[in-house]
Amino acid sequence: MKFDTPAGANPIDQLKVVGQPLDRIDGPLKTTGTAPYAYERHDVAPNQAYGHVVGAGIARGRVTAMDIAAARAAAGVIAIVTTLDTPRLAKAKRNAAPLFGGAEIQHYHQAIAVVVAESFEQARAAAQLIRVSYAREPGRFDLAAAAGSAPLVGGDSEEGSGAPPEDRRGDFEGAFGAAPVRLDQTYTTPDESHAMMEPHASIAAWEGDRLTVWTSSQMIAWGKADLATTLGLPPEKVRLVSPYIGGGFGGKLFLRADAVLAALGARAAGRPVKVALTRPLVANNTTHRPATIQRIRIGAGRDGRITAIAHESTSGNLKDGKPETAVQQSKLLYAGANRLTAMRLAELDLPEGNAMRAPGEAPGLMALEIAMDEMAEKLGLDPVRFRILNDTQVDPEHPERPFSHRQLVECLSRGAERFGWSGRNPKPGERRDGRWLVGMGMAAGFRNNLLTKSAARVRLDREGIVTVETDMTDIGTGSYTIIAQTAAEMMGLPIDKVRVRLGDSDFPVSAGSGGQWGANNSTAGVYAACVKLREAVAQRLGFNSADAAFAEGMVRAGNRSAPLGQAAGEAGLVAEDGIEYGDLAKRYQQSTFAGHFVEVAVDAATGETRVRRMLAVCAAGRILNPKSARSQVIGAMTMGVGAALMEDLVVDKRLGFFVNHDLAGYEVPVHADIPHQEVIFLDEVDPVSSPMKAKGVGELGLCGVGAAIANAVYNATGIRVRDYPITLDKLLDRLPEMA
Amino acid sequence: MPASDTPSVTRRSAMAGAAASAAAASLPPVALAQAPSAAAPAGALEAPVTATLSLTVNGEAQSLELDTRTTLLDALREHLHLTGTKKGCDHGQCGACTVILDGKRVYSCLTLAVMHEGDAVTTIEGLGRPDSLHPMQAAFVKHDGYQCGYCTPGQICASVAMLEEIKAGIPSHVTADLTAAAQTTAEEIRERMSGNICRCGAYSNILDAITEVAERQA
Repeated sequence: MKFDTPAGANPIDQLKVVGQPLDRIDGPLKTTGTAPYAYERHDVAPNQAYGHVVGAGIARGRVTAMDIAAARAAAGVIAIVTTLDTPRLAKAKRNAAPLFGGAEIQHYHQAIAVVVAESFEQARAAAQLIRVSYAREPGRFDLAAAAGSAPLVGGDSEEGSGAPPEDRRGDFEGAFGAAPVRLDQTYTTPDESHAMMEPHASIAAWEGDRLTVWTSSQMIAWGKADLATTLGLPPEKVRLVSPYIGGGFGGKLFLRADAVLAALGARAAGRPVKVALTRPLVANNTTHRPATIQRIRIGAGRDGRITAIAHESTSGNLKDGKPETAVQQSKLLYAGANRLTAMRLAELDLPEGNAMRAPGEAPGLMALEIAMDEMAEKLGLDPVRFRILNDTQVDPEHPERPFSHRQLVECLSRGAERFGWSGRNPKPGERRDGRWLVGMGMAAGFRNNLLTKSAARVRLDREGIVTVETDMTDIGTGSYTIIAQTAAEMMGLPIDKVRVRLGDSDFPVSAGSGGQWGANNSTAGVYAACVKLREAVAQRLGFNSADAAFAEGMVRAGNRSAPLGQAAGEAGLVAEDGIEYGDLAKRYQQSTFAGHFVEVAVDAATGETRVRRMLAVCAAGRILNPKSARSQVIGAMTMGVGAALMEDLVVDKRLGFFVNHDLAGYEVPVHADIPHQEVIFLDEVDPVSSPMKAKGVGELGLCGVGAAIANAVYNATGIRVRDYPITLDKLLDRLPEMA
Repeated sequence: MPASDTPSVTRRSAMAGAAASAAAASLPPVALAQAPSAAAPAGALEAPVTATLSLTVNGEAQSLELDTRTTLLDALREHLHLTGTKKGCDHGQCGACTVILDGKRVYSCLTLAVMHEGDAVTTIEGLGRPDSLHPMQAAFVKHDGYQCGYCTPGQICASVAMLEEIKAGIPSHVTADLTAAAQTTAEEIRERMSGNICRCGAYSNILDAITEVAERQA
């Protein structure tokens, strides 16, 4: 189905099932431990052996020798595959560094061997017996040191944010120089780890030259194509299966070493092999969100209107890696005639930087939205008022191009009212609650809505059960449920008459889970397949498909009616289709918006920050399931608390690796860190986005949260921290005198 | 598994072996040029030391012949195929492997299986099934107290045992009055559940689910 004109009325608008806050259909499986994750598939292949991955102990250089004699002789060992016996594997285009093979090391903990043994304990013990000799070479590990000479590089996160090396509109320097009120500040964000709860894991089994991998992947089609490329196999010989994924956040968008080494280990062992990356390997062996250094300049008139805005960001990556597109939202969020964005990319020898939840906007807004808070203060304007004053209903770089739907102002005003923003003392450091300094902060949230094609197959059986098959994944987002809701709505069924099968490369190719594009696109693909199934049903029953109404398990046309299952007959009916998009995304800017409001308390003696209240008001098109969508937003807000207050992959600048590579050293929020969180979805349908009239929301919930917290800390203490995370050491020596 | 000629070992020697393997696992496999080629750790070249173990899991008697290095977590997941208990970090940092051992919650990755001769373990599979959910499982579904589902079994096992700890009057770091009965306040629940990480960030909903069950029990 080609979607090239805004959607008119369609069966989804009935909202009998879609739009309802239904419990997730996979809930009973997940809460009883019966949903099978990648490493747990004892059922799929007999006689599985255990693979243990060894990571390089240097960041850059060469492996000169590997002595595997002791390991090979260890009890239970079946096979050892080392990087020295394996020619460098082809690098799929989505990977910045090769995943395995050859002597050269590009980053710390790059995989150099897999030991396959009868048991997990034997594989792990034998791996410790491998003696590796290296020729270590100096590397570049310090972003700040490399930033000065970093060249301008454009980039696209492939997750909805992109920018050219440099982009200019009007005369930024002239207008900034002439502006009566100016801000010129630099902000930094650290490297961050996805730290999903399930480490990367795969089981690989060969049948002749056919390879099946049960894995944990957000993007089945990408993983299948890239595994085929990496191993030099025709894609049709590779099958990926990933029905349940224990978190991804971008860390499982791409093929990683677990799948490759399970496949190589299985080939060497002559039997199926299961591999999970150990937790300490995850941070350095896989990808992370790259650190940024961001300079923001804003010039405004005394009336508070922005006349000049510049956002420049520098990040680092491996030679074939991309920049963190942190400037992207600054192209679209606020008005202003004279504009500049620029990205610089320093070549570093740290592990590969790549997409993490809201790549670009998440760190970009952490900087921009502090800058807006600082600018509001310089102007003597309320921060909410300052943002509303600079709202735009058109793409500021291309004024002929409107936003399809933009309710940023409503998000901010509704949020301010709900949160009690008028009670905020604009003078920082003035509000006390016993030993606590209390403050409020806010920020705008922004994230683009991405359109990407997505297909599905729907089957109808004689019992009137509809089964949806698509390679879409559910990484905790609620895909199973909203897909079932979509099919139920389209076919006139209650949700318990719909089965959903996901995450198998034998199914039609979907949008996958990334860039908050999953919900809208995958359900639009299911919508398209259901439109086709409705036509097939009408035809089978001899009804005019234009008149046929589907409700309560019946099909009605004129004075005729039949149970839906009757159309299926013995053989059943199958329909397959997908959604493809025309140029609506070119004609309209499609984005999602939020207002984030936070209250924090900072211990006046210790500088410890506690988040007391959080509110997000979101405008993101039709909300397909308010219960699971709200969960997406509160989860993102939680990740925002981590980004603001604790998350920081610490770089060892001498040896070139992330030091705190486990969940004790890399701190993420726990129960005690998170207060009750409130989410409001504005009533919105966006017919420009898809037949579902929905948009994404899973990343929007993160965008802006970090800055809202930073601004609240400033309001509480009067201390402006521009280097994340805002840990107590950055506050301690500047806290107000104790009364 | 290779057959064993060592039917049982003492608890002490099993623990010493595990400590050595845990220490080795944390070292990167770098050999300095001048270092003498290290001798293989004792036993690594030979058949593993195994032990027989009898314990009760979800009410069922189980007898296992295990490598003494096997954690309770791996005994459940790899030997009994009870994969509801999750491995998130394998060294006591995340809580995904939480099970209930003789009524108390433990990280099953931090305890060796052979230390549990005769013990009774309840895993997530023992609390309820998809068609007959435990009240805590049903509350997690109702309040959407999970997203990816990977930390969920651990959160639920921890929740069930944690409410019993409060009932038993065991104080926590945030209990203000150590002489009064502990209360099931939001602050108490958050504090006591902080050993179970949920990276999806369902904390606010998990709290609602636990609170509902606690209020029903009260």
